[in-house]
Amino acid sequence: MASIRQQFEIPGKMKTWSLALIGVGLAAFVIGLVTKGISADEHEQAQFWGTLMYNTIFWTLVCNASMFFICVTTLAMGGWQQSFRRIPEAISTLVPIFGSITFAVLLYVVLSDKHHIYHWLDTEAVAKDPILSGKAGFLNPTFFIIWTTLTIGLWSLLGWRMRQISKEADEAPMDKATGARFILRNTIRAALFTVWFALTVGSTIPWLWMMSIDAHWYSTMYSWYTFASSFVSGMSLIALWVIYLKNKGYLEYTNQEHLQDIGKFMFAFSIFWTYLWFSQYMLIWYANIPEETVYFKHRVQGPYKGIFFLNLIINFICPLLILMKRSAKRNYTLVTFMAILIIFGHWLDFYQMVMGSLSKDHVTLGWLDFGILSLFVGLLIFFVGRSLASKPLIVKHHPFLKESIIHQV
Amino acid sequence: MAKKKFVVGCFNDEAVLFPAVKKIRTAGYKIHDVYTPFAVHGLDHALGLRETSLHTAGFIYGVTGTSTAVGSISWILAKDWPLNIGGKPSFALPAWIPITFELTVLFAAVGMVLTFCYLCQLAPFVKKHHFHARATDDLFVMVIECTDKTNVDDLKSFLSNCGAIETDVQVAEDGWWLGRYDKNEILFENKQTVAAY
Repeated sequence: MASIRQQFEIPGKMKTWSLALIGVGLAAFVIGLVTKGISADEHEQAQFWGTLMYNTIFWTLVCNASMFFICVTTLAMGGWQQSFRRIPEAISTLVPIFGSITFAVLLYVVLSDKHHIYHWLDTEAVAKDPILSGKAGFLNPTFFIIWTTLTIGLWSLLGWRMRQISKEADEAPMDKATGARFILRNTIRAALFTVWFALTVGSTIPWLWMMSIDAHWYSTMYSWYTFASSFVSGMSLIALWVIYLKNKGYLEYTNQEHLQDIGKFMFAFSIFWTYLWFSQYMLIWYANIPEETVYFKHRVQGPYKGIFFLNLIINFICPLLILMKRSAKRNYTLVTFMAILIIFGHWLDFYQMVMGSLSKDHVTLGWLDFGILSLFVGLLIFFVGRSLASKPLIVKHHPFLKESIIHQV
Repeated sequence: MAKKKFVVGCFNDEAVLFPAVKKIRTAGYKIHDVYTPFAVHGLDHALGLRETSLHTAGFIYGVTGTSTAVGSISWILAKDWPLNIGGKPSFALPAWIPITFELTVLFAAVGMVLTFCYLCQLAPFVKKHHFHARATDDLFVMVIECTDKTNVDDLKSFLSNCGAIETDVQVAEDGWWLGRYDKNEILFENKQTVAAY
């Protein structure tokens, strides 16, 4: 145990890169704010705040997926993830940070009455509209703010409790009784998080934050679709960090066997995402009812056609064909490539989910989107690195660590 | 195929089995197979077995299923007998995806089961030789193939030294079951007499 490198030290290069990305991102943010965010034109405003919305929501959900991964594997009594569990833990420390940014953006959008983003904020239009007044119990600023506060607050709190208990595994060896109690307490905390996760990401939050942009349109698949998107990107993010740390000579206990299992998650949830994509699409295509097809009209036949189908190629065809083979999932280079591709693909998916509704006539993908993306990637690298360095990389005395070391697929 | 002679060693512990496999292989003996009551992790690596190609076969069956489905449905609904269904175009791909998916799964699954049975020489009414009945219960049974240079007594004592609780010698059929049994039941020692094949 003594020869294992447990303490991550942030390389100077990583710091430089993350600060450079944040710098580029901040510049884009400021220029965007001046030219678009406070401009008199509603479309420019919608583009700026929409870009912020999908980026903040995407990255918050992706980071939160890490905590979901830990909780779900804990509930399943999984042992294999213990050798690298500090990585998803470190990623999930970003939930409070990205969550508060998301909260600030959404609060601004709702409180400044931007009804070109959320049409349901327009009280006069809602009063005249039987569909929207029927939804008013769910889509109103009070409920929106309370539910968003609760959601982000409880994600952060329950995730923090999960990380706190994991610290105990650093302290002293556990005997059988202590270990059993430790696992039981882990299970209870994981269950609490998972229930809250199901009530938010699994159902209400994507409806509230993103689907309500098309206030008249609805799809019960939407939340699961969003969850699948964020979870598969979350797994890809974990894979990237695992590979990065392996390359730096850390995580001696993690090897191809673990990488293959992460790869399986990336593969399986890409298929799951496609399943939901198709279920949502086909039912609407088949029924062909105008109030439902309105969502797909400009995406499939309008200006978003290219992005819409590119999205399907990146997020379905590529993972299906490339990650199918066992040897591909055990190949560090290929998994790195696929992880970056998948994260980019689902970022693009979130782009068309939000911006496709806000700017129906033309695709706005440009410097602002990539600038804000760079801001979030920079923040992610910076804060994940910092929180990785703050704790040992190995959960030394976790009862399941041995299971992870001898893990074999 | 000729009948072959095998030396069988029985182990009652996984922890003894692994070093034994290693020693037997280092000593140059050819392990025919190890029969275990449950799947033992890492044993395939220890035995130096190559990876199965079953999944490649499965992929090919799956692709066959996909193309069968897309090919036949598109020919039927778009070319041979186009119908107007709810004003949809004849080539209505989204509506076909479920059937295509199901045929892919069906072809892959059935094909892989049949291939697996063929590779493992399993079929109804085919009796397989059991080297030890307790391999299905609580014994790890290692079967070593004898060549004409194998000294059976040496090998038996070597096995016992490795921790085998029981050893014996068996002569068994080791052929493909597709009508290729050797009717004459000639042992390998006498194979110079088998000139027919």
